[in-house]
Amino acid sequence: MIDNFVIPLVKILIVLNATLVAVTYMVLLERKVIAWAQSRLGPMRVGPYGILQPVADAVKLMIKEDITPARADKWVFTAAPIITMVPALIVYAVIPFGPEVSLFGRQVTLYITDVNVGLLYIVSVASIGVYGLILAGYASNSKYPLLASLRASAQLISYEVAVTLTLVSVIMVAGSLSMVSIVRAQESQHVWFAFIQPVAFVIFFIGGLAETNRAPFDLPEAEQELTGGFHTEYSGMRFALFFLAEYANIIVVSSVATTLFFGGWLRPFPNVAALSFLDFIPSWTWFLIKSFVFLYIFIWVRATLPRYRYDQLMRLGWKVLIPLAIANLVVTGIVKVLWLGAGG
Amino acid sequence: MFDTNELVINMGPQHPSTHGVLRVVLRLDGETVVDADVVIGYLHRGIEKLSENRNWTQIILLTDRMDYVAAATNNVGYCETVEKLMSLEVPRRARYVRTILCELQRIASHCLWVGTHAMDIGAMTVFLYAFRERELILDLFEEFCGARLTYNSMRIGGLPLDIPPGWDKKVLEFCTIMAAKLDEYEELLTHNRIWLERTKGVGVISGAEALALGLSGPPLRGSGVARDVRKDEPYAAYDEMAFDVPIGASGDTYDRYLVRMEEFRQSLRIIRQATEGIPEGPIVGKVPRLIKPPAGETYHAIESPKGELGYFIVSDGKSTNPYRFRVRPPSFCNLQGLRRLVKGHLVADVVALIGSLDVVLGEVDR
Repeated sequence: MIDNFVIPLVKILIVLNATLVAVTYMVLLERKVIAWAQSRLGPMRVGPYGILQPVADAVKLMIKEDITPARADKWVFTAAPIITMVPALIVYAVIPFGPEVSLFGRQVTLYITDVNVGLLYIVSVASIGVYGLILAGYASNSKYPLLASLRASAQLISYEVAVTLTLVSVIMVAGSLSMVSIVRAQESQHVWFAFIQPVAFVIFFIGGLAETNRAPFDLPEAEQELTGGFHTEYSGMRFALFFLAEYANIIVVSSVATTLFFGGWLRPFPNVAALSFLDFIPSWTWFLIKSFVFLYIFIWVRATLPRYRYDQLMRLGWKVLIPLAIANLVVTGIVKVLWLGAGG
Repeated sequence: MFDTNELVINMGPQHPSTHGVLRVVLRLDGETVVDADVVIGYLHRGIEKLSENRNWTQIILLTDRMDYVAAATNNVGYCETVEKLMSLEVPRRARYVRTILCELQRIASHCLWVGTHAMDIGAMTVFLYAFRERELILDLFEEFCGARLTYNSMRIGGLPLDIPPGWDKKVLEFCTIMAAKLDEYEELLTHNRIWLERTKGVGVISGAEALALGLSGPPLRGSGVARDVRKDEPYAAYDEMAFDVPIGASGDTYDRYLVRMEEFRQSLRIIRQATEGIPEGPIVGKVPRLIKPPAGETYHAIESPKGELGYFIVSDGKSTNPYRFRVRPPSFCNLQGLRRLVKGHLVADVVALIGSLDVVLGEVDR
């Protein structure tokens, strides 16, 4: 009873709430880091150094008037932010924050579940989120959001191809689709997969930037061109859902990058005994530190780079990243068969 | 079975990237611009007509409100036109200070341009950096004349007041700071791959075509035409300054960007020469109590940060106000080029091109 219902339920509640808090603080972190990059202070008014800013933002967004445009398709308009938000959250079900630990005399796994098709689950669930963007643009019945949602669908679908292809090469190396087994494989093969699959990692990261609509690929919400993009007509909490979903997706991409390429919860050099004094740091801390580095890079990139143009973005996706990913996949396969034998 | 229609979208007058209240009606085929109509007039305040009912000194204050990011340049242009009409001699010291103010103003205006242009293309950090340096210039202006945006900083025949003590040192200090910061902007943009892709080959216009459209300033020089009023018809103290006029080769957005970046440096060069060489002497020439130019008409142009800023003034010789007052605003003439430039490009390029022309709507509509 306890093992089957209570513990998973508690874990879901913790992950869900931690995610939402992390997402709101991700927004603050982004504002702060960009402000520092631009020699500003960022939010400073709410709480010391602005650390309560997310609370103020949340309150503001909740009490704001929620406008539905008169000519919008009301049902779809309401459903779109939900369709975007839900997949962004349920992806966390398979992300391993740590291995099994004993807590209050009980063996508890630091992930909600370990599905044997974990990676496939992430890819498929995350791609549902695109529908939200498309529907939002369509339902708004307005020209700028429509243009933005067309951009969004084209961009996300084409970059998903590249990202998924890189995942396949990781799966080939790890020999498993389960997120936990992929981390274990990095432990047993004595190497983080970023070092044996560097091309895959780079493509995954670029594709991740594009899939989360981040600079320099933030075309669907290019403020300077499309006045906000697909969420132009949204306000209040519904707008907030889009916003939160975007940041939740960034955290997902960071977590997946950590798990697949940087050894997840493992400490650096998990097989070097000389470094075992590092074990006093809990495994989930390593996971968080690694993910945080990625989050920081996401923000850093945004503060530095200009934005690609729509046609250049598609060209980069189809003519550079996808062929490269396929080539990487083929090379991985050949190396695996020739050097390690078909079974290895 | 399938029917294709052009999508007409209205960009502005409330749009984050139209730099004020410019309205562009775009006809799109997908994301490609088939045609664009530029609609102006949202900021029309009738400055020309107002000026015909003000006395000659009061008009200086109105010229502030045209190109409000380069108010001092407008003041200088107007005062010199009236001086030409009255055949007034301006003391050398005043001409030197005018040169310094004009060039400081050019840097301030270009700072605003590089910031907004980069932001339109998505690089938002440059914007904050450029505004940080523009702030220093505004401080210098505040020290000189007390105002930070609309300076009213000129008088017919000279200056309203002498430069404050120590001001020239601060100007030289600023030049040192600015030179280092320019490299910082260039590091973020000039060799950035995405920046190159976004600006190279976008909005190409040949020199002949640019001339035919009446473009002036950096958009004209970007197309390889070496026309600069400061060199060709020197005013203020430009005939005593050594500087180069940068020109572009291919006439695309990137060339216009490079031209302006080089203008930053040339402006610094001029400011250094002028500040170090300020002569002693009076700051106002022999100006009659009642300014009443003889009957006649004149046109005088100066090189504002945006291009050739010309004033055409008719005096009837009887009244204390101009009979006819007409401005040739560089932004207005440069904006003519927008329709020609955006055809065949994508929506994203439209904002890049508006930024690359560097228009100020206060000046377009007057």
